[in-house]
Amino acid sequence: MSNTVPSAVADEPALAAARLRYVLRLADTSLVLGQRLGAWVGHAPALEEDLGLANLALDLIGQARLLLSYAAELEGRGRDEDALAFLREAPEFANLTLAELPNGDFGHTIVRQWLIDTWQLQVYQGLSACADPRLAAIAAKSVKETRYHHRFSSGWLMRLGDGTDESHRRVQGALDELWPFTAEFFAADEVDELMSRAGIAPALAQLAPAWSAAIDEDLGAATLKRPASLPYPWHGKRGVHSEHLSHLLAEMQHLPRTYPGAHW
Amino acid sequence: MAALSASSPAARAVELWAILEQVPDPEIPVLSIVDLGIVRHVREDATGRVHVGLTPTYSGCPATEVIRASVRAALDAGGFDEAVLEEVLSPPWTSDWLTPQGREKLKAFGIAPPRQSVASPRALRAARAVCCPRCGSGDSERVSEFGSTPCKAHYRCRACGEPFDYFKCI
Repeated sequence: MSNTVPSAVADEPALAAARLRYVLRLADTSLVLGQRLGAWVGHAPALEEDLGLANLALDLIGQARLLLSYAAELEGRGRDEDALAFLREAPEFANLTLAELPNGDFGHTIVRQWLIDTWQLQVYQGLSACADPRLAAIAAKSVKETRYHHRFSSGWLMRLGDGTDESHRRVQGALDELWPFTAEFFAADEVDELMSRAGIAPALAQLAPAWSAAIDEDLGAATLKRPASLPYPWHGKRGVHSEHLSHLLAEMQHLPRTYPGAHW
Repeated sequence: MAALSASSPAARAVELWAILEQVPDPEIPVLSIVDLGIVRHVREDATGRVHVGLTPTYSGCPATEVIRASVRAALDAGGFDEAVLEEVLSPPWTSDWLTPQGREKLKAFGIAPPRQSVASPRALRAARAVCCPRCGSGDSERVSEFGSTPCKAHYRCRACGEPFDYFKCI
């Protein structure tokens, strides 16, 4: 099916490379997180939460498909969304490290989800009026879905944080463990800088205070303590991943790698 | 088709919309894709080729591809096999595009139609309860944010005790 939203016009090579990389970072973060959430199907604490996590996964994978199709066009090497999802190796993935971390318990999954939902809300809001019409269209669609994700994850964060001693202890523990990975959100590199100078990506330095304020508001309602910030040691968006991503990809890519071209 | 080429563009447009109105949503078959508001345009270009623009409801909705195939089949069967299907992403679909007729069909089917969409997470969190499609009571509670399809949430009526689906605002 042809697409009516025009792709980016011809870029100078540095911006073209940055644009592709930037789109892959968004795409891979959604794809990997969607794959993680999919593992909850049949295992969530209640049927409603099972459905909820599956729906989030579905939206995230749908967003990833739109973004990967765009990335495939930008790349122009004849690969399509499926080739990008199923035939790349871990170092070629550009997702934020936080997205690939194991699910842990339900509270752990909720904290990871809420941190990324809050981040994606800010990023997609910033992108929905950006100078890249294709990315703006995808972001404007995604932001509406992400609001529901955030309502789900922040609602559970509050119930668990302000719940029993045990649920509070567990989500505070998950928050302490996952918090250092959020530093990667705001660690701007040349890709972020080129994209923001081109009027496409929102500047990370400007996103940080809005994200931080949104986080503090929810943490207050959830009676949770914000952990101290640590130096930035994670490089998922640069393709340097934790060992967890390879395991996730092995499972996700097994079928299309074993039976190339297989379809339902 | 000879009969078609003799008709005017306006007559062909009427015919095309009538064809599209016969294509059901695969997950809520009482609704046509026109009721859902996902047919964004039907037009002819200068060469006389027909373009039909479809927009997805949710990014990951598995029905999207079934709908595309059903539209293709309906157009082929109606003699518009040259028609071009286009994916329209912008502006993004909103539940406000459901037609008044579509909202009535939903209600008759037992699904509460969506309220007007809201823009802020805070407004979303504070959204009020919805009316039971069976007894009409506004005394309902949300059981789950997410239901059997991406577009629905799960509610329960406190007045008549029946569970029901609510077509979410987005």
